[in-house]
Amino acid sequence: MELDIDIRKTLRSGARRFHLDMQLHTRSQRVVIYGPSGSGKSLALKAVAGLARPDDGCIRLGGVTLFDSRAGVDLAPQARKAAYLFQDYALFPHLTVRQNIGFGLAGGWRNPRPGRREEAVDYWLGAFHLEALAHQFPDELSGGQRQRVALARALAARPRALLLDEPFAAIDPALRVRMRGELDELQRRLDVPMVLITHDEDDVAAFGDHVACLRDGRIVDHAEACAAVTEAV
Amino acid sequence: MDMAWSALGLSLKVAGWATALNLALGVGAGFLLARARFPGRDFLDAALTLPMVMPPTVLGYYLLVALGRHGWLGGWLHDAFGINLIFTWQGAVVASTLVAFPLVFKPARAAFEAVDGQLEQAARVLGVSEIGVFFRVTLPLAWRGILAGMLLAFARALGEFGATLMVAGSIPGKTQTLSVAVYEAVQAGQDAVANTLVLITSAVCIVVLVTAGRLAPGRIAGAGGK
Repeated sequence: MELDIDIRKTLRSGARRFHLDMQLHTRSQRVVIYGPSGSGKSLALKAVAGLARPDDGCIRLGGVTLFDSRAGVDLAPQARKAAYLFQDYALFPHLTVRQNIGFGLAGGWRNPRPGRREEAVDYWLGAFHLEALAHQFPDELSGGQRQRVALARALAARPRALLLDEPFAAIDPALRVRMRGELDELQRRLDVPMVLITHDEDDVAAFGDHVACLRDGRIVDHAEACAAVTEAV
Repeated sequence: MDMAWSALGLSLKVAGWATALNLALGVGAGFLLARARFPGRDFLDAALTLPMVMPPTVLGYYLLVALGRHGWLGGWLHDAFGINLIFTWQGAVVASTLVAFPLVFKPARAAFEAVDGQLEQAARVLGVSEIGVFFRVTLPLAWRGILAGMLLAFARALGEFGATLMVAGSIPGKTQTLSVAVYEAVQAGQDAVANTLVLITSAVCIVVLVTAGRLAPGRIAGAGGK
């Protein structure tokens, strides 16, 4: 995947100011943005997905310009086809597992009905061993199951890239190793490009073919980011 | 007795229309004020809540002035469409809609504000259009609060008296709703008729409140005093 990020954004909250100024150019399929909380990595990922608007700069993904302040390009999140895995998964609480996974496949104003079977949804239910849970609601699932549903929902929409926001932070440590293994295997099998943000060194080791380290909104070397993460903890 | 049932029928018809209109108006205004940022938002919120605190007779007078043949709105309706709302059941619908509006608008705004914005973002990145996001995520998640507000609005419209009397008058079988009929019966010394009408009204209101309470526990306590 070709991913080029060159963006600036200033956030103000009362007297506090935060300035993000980052450049990232990679051809790798597995990119990790690593840094402590408050380093701007979440903002950077949201900018790629179209959920945050940079003040200026440009973002290109797989040859498509998603954002370019000079050319006046700012694709809507719907048009970017970049799946976003939220930290707490953001599953739709009023929809079943099956409806959640099929959400992006159904157009129009109405949600797919709970009983409606669709081949693509069946495929992803199977791929993540969720068949038995198809009719459950998100609040009836464990943390690991929720993550599988969120991944299935994201991948079912056939995204150009998978953006993951601290994917293992909400899972207890014992399960983390296994979920990491599942994601690793899945990414290799589907060959879907992914960008993962984390403050966990183990995620860097597992997925960081290309690693960008952030601190206070700037790209720094790995050692400095490590020190900042250690300080923050 | 015929007169009691026709008054009940009319009341239900007027309250039903008022609730349906408020579904569109209250949900629209509630969504706008929950999401849009514009100068004068607080002022608009206060203005839209006004019918809840103003005496219905005052609202009725405003409506009479606006909707009468010589009012700006009434004159236009008459000249453009030949419509006259004063002393008609449609006029009663307008009066009830105005009086009950805040009871849908307020809970709708609160319900929309309580919807997790991240869920809407999740829907957007999955490629669903803005209108799809509203009907598939926002509205279903806010629906219980809106429905409870609609039932309260229905009960309020059913009991509407002051504004309705000012705008629609009290024509038996045409614009005489239950609550107006109760007043007329008492004035005329027809105690038996008044008793029947009062019992019918109470029964209908209890059914509505129990239903609203089932839908959204805890909401009625906050809205009941208004």
